[in-house]
Amino acid sequence: MNHASEYVEHSSTGLPNRKLAFWLFISSECMFFGALIATYLVYQGKSLVGPYPTDVLDIPLTSISTFVLLMSSLAMVLAVNASQRGDMRGTRLSLLAVIVMGSVFLGFQVYEFTHFYHVGLSLSQNLFGSTFFVLTGFHGAHVTGGVIWLIALFVETFRKAPAERRALDVEVAGLYWHFVDIVWIVVFTVVYLLGVNH
Amino acid sequence: MAHGHGETTAQHAAHPTPKFFWKVALWLTVITALEVWAVYIDAIRGVLAPILIILSVLKFVLVVGYFMHLKWDARAYTGFFTFGMLVALIVYFFVIVMSN
Repeated sequence: MNHASEYVEHSSTGLPNRKLAFWLFISSECMFFGALIATYLVYQGKSLVGPYPTDVLDIPLTSISTFVLLMSSLAMVLAVNASQRGDMRGTRLSLLAVIVMGSVFLGFQVYEFTHFYHVGLSLSQNLFGSTFFVLTGFHGAHVTGGVIWLIALFVETFRKAPAERRALDVEVAGLYWHFVDIVWIVVFTVVYLLGVNH
Repeated sequence: MAHGHGETTAQHAAHPTPKFFWKVALWLTVITALEVWAVYIDAIRGVLAPILIILSVLKFVLVVGYFMHLKWDARAYTGFFTFGMLVALIVYFFVIVMSN
């Protein structure tokens, strides 16, 4: 395979410093979301007043937003693949697809939060509201950060830069995006699918 | 991909094509559909939690292994990620124990 970025970035570990640092960041993020998910599970079923998960959670709607986020991960890995092959047009198209799908996912979340608020679920209403909004809110904030990052990366692709550096830029952004995706895989199962059957 | 000394040419050669990633995405879609379907089947309500956990672990592994390239990348990255995951699981375990 013709990789545009088969260069050697000198570091004491033999691994690209930025990528190594980013994996360390992801490791710390695992602990962060692990704590939020653990908190959600500890307080699950302990709300004294409604609305309860079974009253508000909409599985068909969230399944669609989950599918959109999964497909955005596909677009992201295709962007990484294209950038590694030096295919700038393919990189831009795929990045654009990720940005659009990430924004659609956020649209779903804004709709869901607004709807929940209108039916009486707020951050301070009950334990479910507090833990749900904190967990999914932090995830949404991460998606928002990712979309902003990808927009900046997309704009940056129109500027001249060494292909190998660009490939690493796209790859590191991809790691972040996929991490956001795997957090949602867990949240979808724990909060939504198991939540309506608790 | 920007590779250092620790990421060899052999690892490069193993990198898949876009078609492979489409196949992984198809599997992710099928597993998600199975998860949603399982929620509506009353007959398996008793074993729903383990089924959903197994299916979500499968999805998790597919994304981390193939989309995040851990299957082909240097082992150090897998080590960092596993460490973070283990600490997260330990935190979860102790939170559950202490809350009881």
